[in-house]
Amino acid sequence: MPTVTMTVNGTQRTGTVEGRTLLAEFLREHLGLTGTHVGCDTSQCGACVVHVDGSSVKSCTCLAVQADGAEITTIEGLANGADLHPMQEAFRDHHGLQCGFCTPGMVMSAIDLANRSPDPSEHEVREWLEGNLCRCTGYHNIVKAVQAGARAMGGGS
Amino acid sequence: MSGNGTGIGASVKRKEDARFLTGRGRYTDDINLPGQLYGYILRSGMAHAKIGTVHTEAAKAAPGVHAVFTGKDMEGVGGIPTGWLIHSKDGSPMVEPPHPALATDKVRYVGDCVAIVVAETKEQARAAAHLIDVEREELPAVASIEAAEAEGAPLVFDEAPGNVCYDWEVGDRAATDAAFADAAHVVSIDVVNNRLIPNAIEPRAAIANYDPATGDYTLYTTSQNPHLVRLLLGAFVLGLPEHKLRIVAPDVGGGFGSKIPHYAEEAILTWTAGKLGRPVKWTCERIDAFKSDTHGRDHISTAKLALDADGKFLGLHVSTRANLGAYLSTFATCVPTYLYGILFAGPYTTPAVYCEVKSFFTNTVPVDALRGAGRPEATYLLERLVDKAAVELGMDRVEIRRKNFIREFPYQTPVALQYDQGDYDATLDLALKAADWDGFEGRRAEAAARGKRRGIGISTFIEACGIAPSAVVGSLGARAGLYESGSVRVHPTGSVSVFTGTHSHGQGHETTFAQIVSDMLGVDFDAVDVVHGDSAKIPFGMGTYGSRSLAVGGTAIYLAVEKVIEKGKKIAAHLLEASAEDIEFKDGSFTVAGTDRSKSLGEVALTAYVPHNYPAGLEPGLEETAFYDPLNFTFPAGTHIAEVEVDPETGEVELVAVTGADDVGRIINPMIVDGQLHGGLAHGIGQALLEECRYQEDGQLETGSYLEYTMPRAADLPSFNINHNTTLCTHNPLGAKGVGEVGSIGVPPAVINAVIDALRPLGVNDISMPATSQRVWQAIQQAQG
Amino acid sequence: MQDFNYHAPKSMDEALAALRGAEGAKLIAGGHSLLPVMKLNLAMPTDLVSLAGVPGLAEIADDGDSVTVGAMCTHAQVAASGVVQGRIPALAAMAEGIGDAQVRNAGTIGGSVAHNDPAADYPAACVALAATIVTDRREIAADDFFQGLFATALAEDEVITAVRFPAPDRAAYAKFANPASKYAVAGVMVAAGADGVRVAVTGASGDGVFRVAEMEAVLAGSFSAEAVAGIAVSSDGMLSDGAAGAEYRAHLVAVMAKRAVEACG
Ligand SMILES: Cc1cc2nc3c(=O)[nH]c(=O)nc-3n(C[C@H](O)[C@H](O)[C@H](O)COP(=O)(O)OP(=O)(O)OC[C@H]3O[C@@H](n4cnc5c(N)ncnc54)[C@H](O)[C@@H]3O)c2cc1C
Ligand code: FES
Ligand code: FES
Repeated sequence: MPTVTMTVNGTQRTGTVEGRTLLAEFLREHLGLTGTHVGCDTSQCGACVVHVDGSSVKSCTCLAVQADGAEITTIEGLANGADLHPMQEAFRDHHGLQCGFCTPGMVMSAIDLANRSPDPSEHEVREWLEGNLCRCTGYHNIVKAVQAGARAMGGGS
Repeated sequence: MSGNGTGIGASVKRKEDARFLTGRGRYTDDINLPGQLYGYILRSGMAHAKIGTVHTEAAKAAPGVHAVFTGKDMEGVGGIPTGWLIHSKDGSPMVEPPHPALATDKVRYVGDCVAIVVAETKEQARAAAHLIDVEREELPAVASIEAAEAEGAPLVFDEAPGNVCYDWEVGDRAATDAAFADAAHVVSIDVVNNRLIPNAIEPRAAIANYDPATGDYTLYTTSQNPHLVRLLLGAFVLGLPEHKLRIVAPDVGGGFGSKIPHYAEEAILTWTAGKLGRPVKWTCERIDAFKSDTHGRDHISTAKLALDADGKFLGLHVSTRANLGAYLSTFATCVPTYLYGILFAGPYTTPAVYCEVKSFFTNTVPVDALRGAGRPEATYLLERLVDKAAVELGMDRVEIRRKNFIREFPYQTPVALQYDQGDYDATLDLALKAADWDGFEGRRAEAAARGKRRGIGISTFIEACGIAPSAVVGSLGARAGLYESGSVRVHPTGSVSVFTGTHSHGQGHETTFAQIVSDMLGVDFDAVDVVHGDSAKIPFGMGTYGSRSLAVGGTAIYLAVEKVIEKGKKIAAHLLEASAEDIEFKDGSFTVAGTDRSKSLGEVALTAYVPHNYPAGLEPGLEETAFYDPLNFTFPAGTHIAEVEVDPETGEVELVAVTGADDVGRIINPMIVDGQLHGGLAHGIGQALLEECRYQEDGQLETGSYLEYTMPRAADLPSFNINHNTTLCTHNPLGAKGVGEVGSIGVPPAVINAVIDALRPLGVNDISMPATSQRVWQAIQQAQG
Repeated sequence: MQDFNYHAPKSMDEALAALRGAEGAKLIAGGHSLLPVMKLNLAMPTDLVSLAGVPGLAEIADDGDSVTVGAMCTHAQVAASGVVQGRIPALAAMAEGIGDAQVRNAGTIGGSVAHNDPAADYPAACVALAATIVTDRREIAADDFFQGLFATALAEDEVITAVRFPAPDRAAYAKFANPASKYAVAGVMVAAGADGVRVAVTGASGDGVFRVAEMEAVLAGSFSAEAVAGIAVSSDGMLSDGAAGAEYRAHLVAVMAKRAVEACG
């Protein structure tokens, strides 16, 4: 069975996996990082989004072996101690989450957008979030949160 | 009540967010128990078949497999029960066929549970399941209402001739017929209420454990109502006493009705854990969720409205056929009846209303409550019909509504409900203004210049929420009471734990209920914690659905706090050497009226637990429980306005604006309330424009994944323009009505009315939900000949 | 998903060796077409050979009158490329419209072209722009490369290394997306350049990408939206599903063609 090593939230982690082990499974089941969620099996809901080498990727559609050697950031790796990441803070301030299930993927996706576009328009945010489904919020407050979070990030994570 | 800071009326940031935003939420699939095995449910791929022997030998011999169980193994275990007995017009009880957790003689829908394989890993369980060989004889299926009612249709159950479960009615038929006899105008309409798949983003999951040392069972499950699951699973299915069965619904990733029912998988898992003496975990794959989470809606209706010469409504006659799916899910039977037929007065003074509903079994996934449950179906029909009446009578769409509004309260409708309070003109006026209704023609012209057809649509509606008065629902066939419990424990040092029988899966109870308690007790918001979702911690509860949590659950907490204060007064009186009647409680202090002599809540609490100096005859401790059974339903109301632009070339509908003016009763946390409205609106818009569950004739699910079933995405929706006009509910102390379902109830007809308004100049007078681009294009083609 | 052996070759030779080394071996690029079908057990390769570590496959080069896009370039990379935006803006815009942001971050042009999904966008771009598919052993004209539903001219063990697009005089892509999956229901790329006017359609036919000769002929005479607007497309052979029946699809092809011509400016 293959061995993979990756830097997850700043710490080097190694594990023995199967070829078919998905990155999402590796994070959740091998590393116990259950903040990354799985909401579908057709790569559409985005609950599983993490950063692989700085860009947002659906961890349910990436093999753990494909991420060997990569830098991974998950929702657990954003806050600095008790200080939330500005995007997390913005989601809280703008009530951009309800049940919280889509939230990790939303936040990770939003940070990727903010890294590319520091002051995104409403239209830009809505288009960017195509790969993230939310059943609770109607997206209204998520959009506001992403815009505010991007501005608070000031052009970088 | 303070209205600022963290009290009632303040947009306090949510307590639950800290864990959800940092990945520390604890959802069912996040839970792992030592020694756990994984269950995989083998489901029927046929919609209707007789099953013979299920050969499990190969699966049992597969690597890692611990056990395989089929319907035969579970024989003797009770069936999955339904919660509401409906009687037909002729007084006969509905047909209530058995629902075995694992199919025995027959499978009745694609997705029906056939076997469970338990193995060391998920992959092993799944792989072994495909080694099971089921002897099947395929039977013709009925996958729609039309197929179910056809002459000579195959029967889903032999005991249900014509596939009919019941043929129910409400209202005065004779009076309604008489109204039509006198009418100057009769307007009729046929509508289909499209079947929806709920799609909470968290798939269902469960993990069951059995402790042989104590004989205790524990089931962690994605449920909106853990106590209800305990009642049904314990008393009806497995025959376990309540004290041996603990149900925990931890963080739940959205429900929308689909996590109300007690599901077969919960029973199968719990039973299997008992058999194996090891924890068994199951997580539904999305592809299976599509064919096993209860679906919603699915009505075909025809209705007519009688009007006098001035456009005043005289009578309404509704005939509906409803699809219940293959088995009766927990609330299946009451959704198209008591959550539907009794809504048909709407906000109008229609003096005679009659509604009949015939419900059918079909070879499809069981249908149950889905956000709004019955009320969106009623509102859609009524508001489409009212719009049609305006057009046919040449009346203004707003004026016809205004002409018929109820203005005197309490108002007894001809279909059982009594509205306690409301101001429908106020929400209508507010919405018209906020949406700039009067300026619409200008926008229409501007869009036309760009080649787009713009339309505006309105819906004025009421809903019945806060279910429900137990005596009322009991007389209507409910097999449970629908009260709620709340407990408030003031700890010795003055911090507070609140226990509620409702369940939060996005609604923010941990915040809202803490606001109420902190406000009432004058305790710091951060010193109040709300506990929910665990039958071992909470006395009892009926859970969260029907927009009931604040109005019913919040009231129970309110009453428990009042009891705490009453007891506190006795203790304070003793400490202050005064009479309890003279003690006033305000801002966290017990004060002797007219003096400055007072004791803080903390001092009183400490005394209650360290009763060295204590009133004789009073029990120590400061904890109270209240059960609240509401006196009536609550009646949120409002006006929703939608504005669309249609591209006549492609048929694409762009929703450009949505305005709501809502009366949801007392608002504890405006931020949370608006969030609930947004979510409901998106769900309703999804129904109107995007979502549609389709079955093929043979009962195969055509929309079985996100590749075929359209979920509303961010880019499909505009930002929402939300407005409030509040009247208070008169019969609960909070004045709360409910907000969770408003959007999905009010907005669909507004959207469709807008689409029709846009297309009317092209000759289109009707369009069905969802108004997909293909459907709109076809309607235009047809109208243009 | 069935388990498999995973190979991470560091050179094209190693990749080819791994691919030939097992009967059921398959390449994996971004995995965004392959993994979803493997999850459904619709593909069960014994071995997966990743191209991620093979050097030189993720570059975009400006060759003067054409642009060469390495097979492992992601959709996001193509969309953001200054070279592509400058020389073939329609290609950059098309790439920007594929799937969602995360799909674009992972999915590659090589994978898309090799997979030849009948609703994928790249096939239309390749055919309309008269691209050449470059493999480890030969060059194949787009017209010859796509051979119907999920079928291409590739040999079992052949690896796409790049796709070369001649820069057109003008080109535009108009896509009508399936509301659920966001794949194309009708996607039309119109291009005018050294190879004349070419109109390629994806999403609409069960046989995958096709050209519309009648439109090409008309547009060669008069490159205008009005010219193409009058041409009805037959619904024969069109896909038909819940989102779009054959007739509607045929209609959308005509509308998208018109809009693409309009967008060519
Ligand atoms: C949610 C979602 C939405 C999507 N929406 C769209 C859309 O709107 N439009 C669209 O066009 N696509 C869409 N896609 C597909 C996406 O663009 C895929 O990424 C792409 O089709 C395949 O690229 P890949 O790198 O992921 O290939 P892989 O999945 O890795 O491979 C696909 C196939 O190509 C083979 N292959 C890969 N690379 C090579 C090579 N260099 N040489 C030879 N064979 C090779 C593999 O063996 C495999 O058979 C979507 C995908 C998802 C998950
Ligand atoms: S889990 Fe749904 S996209 Fe990854
Ligand atoms: S917050 Fe529940 S799905 Fe988005």
